[in-house]
Amino acid sequence: MLSNYIKSIGQYFIMIYETFKRMTKTSELRRLILQELDDLIVSSLGIVVFISFFIGAVIAIQTALNFSNPFVPKSLIGFAARQSIILEFAPTFVSIIMAGKVGSYITSSIGTMRVSEQIDALEVMGINSLNYLVFPKIVAMCMFPFVIAISMFVGVIGAYFAGVYGGFLNADEFLAGLQEDFIPFQVFYAFLKSFIFAFILATVPSFHGYYMKGGSLEVGHAATTSFVWTSVIIIFMNYFITQLLLS
Amino acid sequence: MIKVKDLKKSFEDLEVLKGVNTEFEKGKTNLIIGQSGSGKTVFLKCLLGLFVPDSGTIEYNEKVYQNFTKDEKRELSTQMGMVFQGGALFDSMTVEENVMFPLKMLTKMSRPEMKRRVEEVLDRVNLVDTNNKFPSEISGGMQKRVSIARAIVNKPKYLFCDEPNSGLDPRTASVIDNLIQEITHENNITTVINTHDMNSVFEIGEKIVYLEHGVKAWEGDKDNIYKTDNKKLTDFVYASNLFQKVRIAQREGL
Repeated sequence: MLSNYIKSIGQYFIMIYETFKRMTKTSELRRLILQELDDLIVSSLGIVVFISFFIGAVIAIQTALNFSNPFVPKSLIGFAARQSIILEFAPTFVSIIMAGKVGSYITSSIGTMRVSEQIDALEVMGINSLNYLVFPKIVAMCMFPFVIAISMFVGVIGAYFAGVYGGFLNADEFLAGLQEDFIPFQVFYAFLKSFIFAFILATVPSFHGYYMKGGSLEVGHAATTSFVWTSVIIIFMNYFITQLLLS
Repeated sequence: MIKVKDLKKSFEDLEVLKGVNTEFEKGKTNLIIGQSGSGKTVFLKCLLGLFVPDSGTIEYNEKVYQNFTKDEKRELSTQMGMVFQGGALFDSMTVEENVMFPLKMLTKMSRPEMKRRVEEVLDRVNLVDTNNKFPSEISGGMQKRVSIARAIVNKPKYLFCDEPNSGLDPRTASVIDNLIQEITHENNITTVINTHDMNSVFEIGEKIVYLEHGVKAWEGDKDNIYKTDNKKLTDFVYASNLFQKVRIAQREGL
């Protein structure tokens, strides 16, 4: 059991190494990257905007309902929403949501190519299939921090709407809370970790799809396993980066 | 020409190929036959370089593949075409894009040149008005033809086919067999076909290698197969009632 995990970890790093070797023709690579940008980033914006808006709104309402002390300034609702959204919700939880959406898409698409021998077809032609399939996904996922930036913005807007139009505080109080004790490094921290999560989101599901064995049933199984492992690694890395940069 | 000497391949404790020796000749349709699990696909994948053999050698034009440099291997792969059992067409590409793919990736041809060559090969495999269709929109037989077109578009010296007519009706299977044989003769290429379809054996078997439990149990051509006294081979070849009747008719000189 343990030896299997160690073997898989080794195989994962070999995959990463192989991905950056023997590059695909530039013109084809450009087409693939644009295609992946559309599939992985642009197509995810809708769900990210939807979830971010409502989670932002819920954070504001929950915070407001838990502040019953009249000595606590209402601007804290804006402050708490900003901190929750920038530090954890946008980078970490959106990444876990993306592990479900993007991760399972990557695993199932590569897994299907494995099952239907399309990967073998690439190899027979002398094409580095890992570079052809995984590298464009890694490059496309470099745009993931922009998705996180949008999530942060929309989350704060959601908190504003729920807080102000829900009658918990006025706009000036919310904006004052939003600007209170703002530490720019925290935004850097959020983007740095979303960048690392993007790499995990591109490579871990690719690993599960590329090395899967079996038929169509196993593709579904690989997609589920990939979601679990991507989430576990993101949560562990979240702890590790937070400990390293904020404590 | 491809020469295989004492080729062995195992997967953990399972010994699949136990020392295969044979030659595949240029300008001929070479068939590998054998029951399911006899090691045909593993053998073919070793020839293609998809599996690394445990021991033994594979020679392409008298040069040992295992001694090839990376550049030589890449060069060789540009001279290979492969027709996979399920077609292995890229789902996200149209028929035209699938066939054009090896040219885009492996040559410096201009787009009009590539288009011209794609038209040529699609015409050769008798596919018309399918250029803009996706693999899911065409029949299994058509998918096989597209796969053949993709395999020959870069004018390969070696053509490999893994059960090219599996899942096809007898008429389409025969058309595919004849197409592969015609292409082999026209272009004087070395074609290796993996099959357990006896119609193919009797139609296009210019050289036949019979594998049994990972070893070569017989080799010859379609004419010799009638005369062989190898019991396991005859049991395999004449397993169906139809072929048993054919054999009896042959013996009785009908």
